[in-house]
Amino acid sequence: MIKLLRILAALALIGVVVVLLLIFLPHHLTEPQEDLAADWTPEEGQGEYAMILGDCAGCHIGADGTPFAGGQPIDSPLGPIYASNITPDPEHGIGEFSLDDFRAVMYDGVDEEGHDLYPAMPYANYRKLSERDIRGLYHYFMEEVEPSSNEVTETSLMFPFNMRFGIRMWKWVALSDPGFEPPFGDEVENAEMLNRGAYLVEGPGHCGACHTPRNLIFAQKGFTAEDSEFLTGGVIDGWTAPDLRQEGTQPQDWDQVEMARFLATGRNAHAGVSGEMELVVQYSTQYWTENDLLATAAYLDEIGHDVARESDAEDDVPSLSEEETVTLLGDADPEMALGPRLYLDNCNACHFSDGRGAANVFPQLAGNATVTAPVPRGLVQTILEGAELPSTEAYPYKLRMPGFGWRLSDEEVAELATFVRNAWGNDAGAVTAADVAGIRSAIEDSPEGHGEAAD
Amino acid sequence: MARQDPKKDVVIVGLGWTGSILGMELSKEGVEILALERGEDRKTVPDFAYPNMIDELKYGIRYGTMQKPKNSTVTIRRTLDETALPYRHLGSFLPGDGVGGAGVHWNGHTWRPMENEFRLRSYVEENWGAEIIPEDMQIQDWGVTYEELEPHFDRFEWMAGISGQAGNVNGEMIEGGNPFEAPRSRGYPLPPLQQTADAEMFAEAARAMGLHPFPRPGANASEAYRNEYGMQLGPCNFCGFCERYGCINYSKGSPQTCVLDALKRKPNFQYKTNSEVLRVTLADDGKTATGVIYWDEEAGEEVFQPADIVILGAYSLHNVHLMLLSGIGQPYDPATGEGVTGRNYAYQMNGGTSMFFKDVDFNPFIGSGTVGMSIDDYAINQIDFGAEGFIGGSYITAGRANGQPIRGIALPSGTPGWGAEWKQGIGEWYGHSMSIGSHGSNMSYRDVYLDLDPTYTDKHGRPMMRMTFNWKDNDIRMTQFMKSKIEPVAESMNPDLMQSSYKGDGAMYDVRPYQTTHNVGGAPMGADPSTSAINRYLQSWDVHNVFVMGASAFPQNIQYNPTGAVGALAYWAAEAIRKDYMPNPRPLV
Repeated sequence: MIKLLRILAALALIGVVVVLLLIFLPHHLTEPQEDLAADWTPEEGQGEYAMILGDCAGCHIGADGTPFAGGQPIDSPLGPIYASNITPDPEHGIGEFSLDDFRAVMYDGVDEEGHDLYPAMPYANYRKLSERDIRGLYHYFMEEVEPSSNEVTETSLMFPFNMRFGIRMWKWVALSDPGFEPPFGDEVENAEMLNRGAYLVEGPGHCGACHTPRNLIFAQKGFTAEDSEFLTGGVIDGWTAPDLRQEGTQPQDWDQVEMARFLATGRNAHAGVSGEMELVVQYSTQYWTENDLLATAAYLDEIGHDVARESDAEDDVPSLSEEETVTLLGDADPEMALGPRLYLDNCNACHFSDGRGAANVFPQLAGNATVTAPVPRGLVQTILEGAELPSTEAYPYKLRMPGFGWRLSDEEVAELATFVRNAWGNDAGAVTAADVAGIRSAIEDSPEGHGEAAD
Repeated sequence: MARQDPKKDVVIVGLGWTGSILGMELSKEGVEILALERGEDRKTVPDFAYPNMIDELKYGIRYGTMQKPKNSTVTIRRTLDETALPYRHLGSFLPGDGVGGAGVHWNGHTWRPMENEFRLRSYVEENWGAEIIPEDMQIQDWGVTYEELEPHFDRFEWMAGISGQAGNVNGEMIEGGNPFEAPRSRGYPLPPLQQTADAEMFAEAARAMGLHPFPRPGANASEAYRNEYGMQLGPCNFCGFCERYGCINYSKGSPQTCVLDALKRKPNFQYKTNSEVLRVTLADDGKTATGVIYWDEEAGEEVFQPADIVILGAYSLHNVHLMLLSGIGQPYDPATGEGVTGRNYAYQMNGGTSMFFKDVDFNPFIGSGTVGMSIDDYAINQIDFGAEGFIGGSYITAGRANGQPIRGIALPSGTPGWGAEWKQGIGEWYGHSMSIGSHGSNMSYRDVYLDLDPTYTDKHGRPMMRMTFNWKDNDIRMTQFMKSKIEPVAESMNPDLMQSSYKGDGAMYDVRPYQTTHNVGGAPMGADPSTSAINRYLQSWDVHNVFVMGASAFPQNIQYNPTGAVGALAYWAAEAIRKDYMPNPRPLV
């Protein structure tokens, strides 16, 4: 008995020591990845462009639109995490940060006081940024951004996630080695372009933060294309962030110019951007250079897998071919099932009976990643609330699909969604009225939820 | 005065087609622009969203997209000795309301006037002599030629995404297009819409008679399209809800689909809705405007908005009203024929023949605002005015704009308007009728004009505008001529029943039935300041920093729908303002 108590006491002591070490042992910080002279300064515009590539603006924008003033909540499974003020304000922003402090945030997720940052900040991906981009970003935020005294709500998650030392333990297993290794050697045609694409996707673009699946402890399953699960689809805000690599996925099906156009304008011959990706286009990719967009498209194309993804949904609904669907809708038999009838009454005017819509205006539904996503939240939310394309320089029109949630019941939305998920060769799982009801209430509860369209 | 706002470089009155175009073009000069729109803001979604817009009772019958007469109307009389009364219930014409203006609810017909319509008086005098012009007719040249406007027609058509078939590209004749049109520098941006059955039947009959049918051009997109501003249209799905409705489908060219989201990105452009301009304020010498005074509905107060340039881009009637209220140009006096503001108001002379076919199913629910076939064989440049005894012309046309259930079902005359016999008529004839229409010119006359009403005032206490208009023999002869040409075509199609409706001798203007919202003139453009209110650049002769857009500039009405010319004139004026006026503000002529 005494022995057992001793063991327990020893374990408790070890636990306390570990926790104290986690809290007080100084972080081992990642070194610069390149030796740049102390007086090295970025070229004009380089820092701002690095910010655009990293999409800092999308998360750190102030509630009133002040750039980088922070304060917007990012919904995590553990509760809202508030983006910080990253303007050079010395008190409320990052004005007191040294270059090393700044690099520690970007590479190691550690702030200037040694606190561990929640991985809503994608330092797991930013670890691949070059020293030149780090220096560029630092210069940009210190010299070119207007300070803002916006005081950001402190993130306070429930116990035990408010114990930030836990993040330190998490990082030991969740982070990869820092630095970017160009994966393509000179023997590969186009190696320079592909390596640029790899850098953009793996590093500043942090595509993997949403598009790579996560494991049980919420770590990304891979940070480079060598990992077979890298960019094979994740979940963000309840939506499926589509698989980008398997055969038949959009970046693999589209030609590279269309992929680049999608990133630049939020729309192309096949699809319109939706969900969180809309913000990526709005704040980041629309401003990327043509070369960077093409490099990204080329890299995504290059890392495609040869096998089609196996649908993991329980496939209880027969898939209709394009021809069968067109015939069914064209016959418009009054006795037709509810799903296709609702499609005719609500969707056909724009998306047409062939499900192909119209280039750059009405997204194609056949093979549409939002339509056939394993998790149907995106499709159902779009039917309920509608969706709007972001305004971009080349395509300024905020084309908006109206919401239908005010006129369709949960059962009707479920029938309609199940139909489009299995028409024109689509083959995805059924949606139930309970799914729709759950999504309806999730939308209404979410901080930016609009509820049902008021019109 | 309650409030004075900081000065702007340019203030635009009205945010419809011309206000949007001028905003877009002038914003390129980096000047600070404010557009004031008296109506509500309007976007495709939610304001025109499917399915709520597809409501004939709300929008087609109760005019949901139109101005409310209680907020704005005119008084109307037919002759100088009548007392004008307020137009209290919309009927004859339907001015639009809100952002997008009438560009929201139009069908989309987009034509170029013929070359000789721009110099109509000269054309008549050169070919037949001034003596064939009736004494009270005041037709005039526009002071600008088709050739000068051609690049601007092109600009407007490619901006608005017009579907059509060119007939004459740089003098080269193209099979299937209009052989009588003026040469254009290139074709339309989109191919013509797929035709409906009635249009094909008409075209076949016309061809058999040696006439030259062609698809009528219009702003209903036949394919997905992106214009010079990056704005986009989706393909029209022939739902048949164009005129009186906002397009549910992003398919109709409008300020919303073609300009506004691009314009709203400009940091130097702002617009305010529910802001009705009450008058333009002039400097003490009356030679320049100092800005505008508007009613800010939200603040509940009058606001003085100073500006260096004032663009009147309201509906044609309201442009003239604002000029009369502001003292811009000498008001026209029909007794002396002197004065320019309010001069040469004109309308449109239309007619039509309906046909009923027991054995033909027209599927009228498939329709589009501009789908159809037309002929210009009896157009202004094809008619011997001396021999026929009138000046003018028409295009003749058939096509299915809609099959809406309340207004869209034609019945043989004599069928009761309700009850069992009406039901029987509907059962028998729904989907079995079509019509051939004529859309014709209307000349300007000494006693047809606009001025301030001596009796009635509007809700702001301002005198209302008075319209004096009646049909004239010349135009009635013109429409009777069209009847004589249409009926043989209709007869050749062997309908079971046929009935015609054309103005006849002694016809008086009736404001109750809808005719057309092509109210033109009242601020005519021209080369002579004694007969025109604005010069060839749409610049007020008297107040050089006021430019007046819109069909109020037409010195008489063309035989076509006006929007094509309105758009071209807007681009033409915008170029003059940007390149010539802004660097050196002065009278440009």
